[in-house]
Amino acid sequence: MADEFAMSCPTPLNAHDRVMMAHGGGGVLMHRLIEDVFLSRLGGGGAEQHDSAVLDVAGVRLAFTTDSFVVKPIFFPGGDIGSLAVHGTVNDLAMSGAKPLYLSAGFVLEEGFAISELERVTASMSAAAEAVGVKIVTGDTKVVDRGKGDGVYINTAGIGLVEHDLKIGAKSVEPGDVVLVNGDIGRHGMAIMAKREGLAFETTIESDSAPVWDAVSRLLDAGIAVHCLRDLTRGGLASALNEVADAAGVHIELEERDVPVRNDVRSGCELLGFDPLYVACEGRFMVVVSAGEADQALSVLRGDDDGSGAAIIGAVREASRGMVTMRTSIGSSRVVDMLSGEQLPRIC
Amino acid sequence: MKYLDEYRDGEAAQRLAAAIRRVTTKPHVLMEICGGQTHSIVKHGIDALLPPEITLIHGPGCPVCVTPLELIDKAIALASREDVIFCSFGDMLRVPGSEKDLLTVKSEGGDVRIVYAPVDAVKLAEQHPDKQVVFFAVGFETTAPANAMAVRYAHAKGVENFSMLVSHVLVPPAMEAILSSSENRVQGFLAAGHVCTVMGCGEYGPIAERYGVPIVVTGFEPVDILQGVYLCVQQLETGRAEVEIAYSRAVAEEGNASAQSLIEEVFEVVLRKWRGIGAIPQSGLGLRAPYQTFDAERRFGLEGGDVEEPAECISGLILQGVKRPCECTAFGFQCTPEKPLGAPMVSSEGACAAYYRYRRSGVAVSGDGGAKS
Repeated sequence: MADEFAMSCPTPLNAHDRVMMAHGGGGVLMHRLIEDVFLSRLGGGGAEQHDSAVLDVAGVRLAFTTDSFVVKPIFFPGGDIGSLAVHGTVNDLAMSGAKPLYLSAGFVLEEGFAISELERVTASMSAAAEAVGVKIVTGDTKVVDRGKGDGVYINTAGIGLVEHDLKIGAKSVEPGDVVLVNGDIGRHGMAIMAKREGLAFETTIESDSAPVWDAVSRLLDAGIAVHCLRDLTRGGLASALNEVADAAGVHIELEERDVPVRNDVRSGCELLGFDPLYVACEGRFMVVVSAGEADQALSVLRGDDDGSGAAIIGAVREASRGMVTMRTSIGSSRVVDMLSGEQLPRIC
Repeated sequence: MKYLDEYRDGEAAQRLAAAIRRVTTKPHVLMEICGGQTHSIVKHGIDALLPPEITLIHGPGCPVCVTPLELIDKAIALASREDVIFCSFGDMLRVPGSEKDLLTVKSEGGDVRIVYAPVDAVKLAEQHPDKQVVFFAVGFETTAPANAMAVRYAHAKGVENFSMLVSHVLVPPAMEAILSSSENRVQGFLAAGHVCTVMGCGEYGPIAERYGVPIVVTGFEPVDILQGVYLCVQQLETGRAEVEIAYSRAVAEEGNASAQSLIEEVFEVVLRKWRGIGAIPQSGLGLRAPYQTFDAERRFGLEGGDVEEPAECISGLILQGVKRPCECTAFGFQCTPEKPLGAPMVSSEGACAAYYRYRRSGVAVSGDGGAKS
C-alpha cells in the first residue's frame, strides 16, 4: 500500500478574498494586509512604521497614535476595556519615548448595552488616565443595532510630547546591542483566554495591563541612549522581535531560560498548546540598548514594583537579513518565527 | 513548573545525549510516532544533540495531517449549512479542503466554533435545540475516550440535534503499514506516550516481535525523548526488539481500563483512509450500531465519496518518514503556513510546520542525521 502511494495535495489557498480573523492576529497575514491594502493607498505620511508616528509640528516633536479596543470579555481579571483603551494608546506613545498628553475616546455602543456597565468602563478609563497624567479631551459616540457589536468597542487616539533627541526605532538597532523586557510576558493574553474559555487555575491570572510611560521616562531621565522600544501586544514578544530584526536587518538571539514567564501562564500555555512568546501583553515592552548600558537599564527598569521581573533576554548580532533565534533550555538553537495568523488550540 | 522543568533540564539532557553517544556504534533510523514529539524535537533542537549516526524520522501521528481530504470537504459542507453549528478542535480550522478551509467558511458566515472538550459541543446542542450541532471528531486513541464520552452523554440525555463527523485513527495499524512498506527505513519506534496512557502497551509486543523492531513508549519533553532514544538505541546495539516504557509517569502497562471500555462501548474498529498513506484495514474507529444515530455522515447523507488529491506535495512520503520536509521542493516556497499545500504544514504538530517555524536557513544544526535545508 505504502509503496503505491503518491501523495497529493489540495488546491492551495493562495489568497483570501475576505477578511479572516487571522488578519487581526498580529502575524504575517496582518502585515500583508497592512502593506497591500492600507499602506499602498494610505501610507503617504512618510513617518517610519512604529507604534506611533513622530511628527515635527512648528518646531515641536509630537507623537501621534491610535488604537481600537474590541476585547471580549470587557471585564477581565486585572482590568477592563476602559483601562485597556487608555493603557494601549499611552503605551504606543511611550514607545516613541513620548510623554502622553491628550487622548480622544470614540465609543461604538451596541443597542441594549447596560448603562451601568458603560459607567463602570468610563470610570475605569478616567482612573487610568488620571494615573498616567493624560487628559481625555475629545470624543465620539455611535450606537449600532443589537447583535452588530459586542456591547462596546472603544477607539482612542493619543498625542504625546517628544522631549529627547534620540532616534528611537528599529533602524537604530545595531549588532552588539542587548535586548531587555520590563517583566514577565504573556499574562494579558492568558488572563483573557482563561476568562473567555472558563479555564480555572489554582490562582487567577491577572492581566499585566498597565501604563509603561513611567518606566520609559526613567530610562530616558537616566541618560540611557535607548535604541528601540516596542510594546508586546498582539503577537507577543516573538512578533515584536521579528519586526525589529526585519526592519534593522539584524539577527536577534534570545536565551530561553532568561525570558521571564510566570508559572501559571506557562501552565495555561502548556494546556492549550500555546507558546508564551506569542501571547499578548498590555503592560510589557522590549527595549534595545548598547551592551555597555544594559546593566544600568536593567536596574532602572527594576526600580519599581511592576519592573521587578525585568530581564536581559537576548543580544543583537550581525546578519545578512533579519532573523530571530533562541538558545533553548537544553542548549540547542531554533528559529523564532513570525506567527502566520492566530495561535489555535491544539487537538491533543 | 513541576513535571515540566525537570524534563527540560539542560544538564539532564546533555547527560543523556552523552550516554547516547557512548552506546552508539553504527547508524540507526528511529521514528517518533506522535506529532507532539516531532514538534518538541524540532522546537527544542533535540536532534542536534544526537550523534550523526542517529536519524530521527517523523511519523504519521498528527491527526490534522492524516484526516483525509473528503472528510475535510464534508466538514466544510456541513459548516456551510445555515442550520448547523460546526464545532472542532482549533487546528482543524486551517486545514485546506479541496477549495477552502473552515476558517474561510467562518468568514463567509458559517457558524464555526472552537471547543476544548467534545462534551461542550453536546451542551451547545442543548442550548440551541433549533440548530444541528456537529462535532469534528478527529484524533488517535488519545482523543477517543473524550469523544466517546460526548456521544454517551448525548445518548443518555437524548440530545437529538448533536452528531459527530468521525475520523478516528489508530496507531498500531499505521505502524504495521509503515513496517511492511518496501520503502521502510524505520528500525525502531518511539511510541506515542499519551496514546499508551489510554491503550497501554499490549498491542505493541506482537509488532516488536513480528518485525524485529524495538518499541519504546516515549514522552514529549526533551529529557523524555532523549531517554526514549537512549533505550531504543541500546536495544538496537544489543540486538533486542522489545517493548519498553520510558514514560512511566504517565503510562501503565495495561493503560486506562475505564477509558478503554468507554471506547469499546461507543466505537468499533473500521477501515479508515489516511491522508497521504491510503486506506488501511482495521485502522480507525467508527460509531457502533446503538450510537450510529449520532453519525453526522448518516444524518446528513454524506456517506461514501472519495476525493482525488492532485499530486503536488509529498506529504504522504513525509508522513511515512520516507522524506523530510526540507527535501520537498515546495517547502518554504510554494508551501508555507499561510499557504499550505498539505496538511503537515498546517498543524503545529505537522512535521513541515515544525520545520518551517523552527528550522529554516541560517540556524546551525549539528548532528541532524538527515537532509537539512
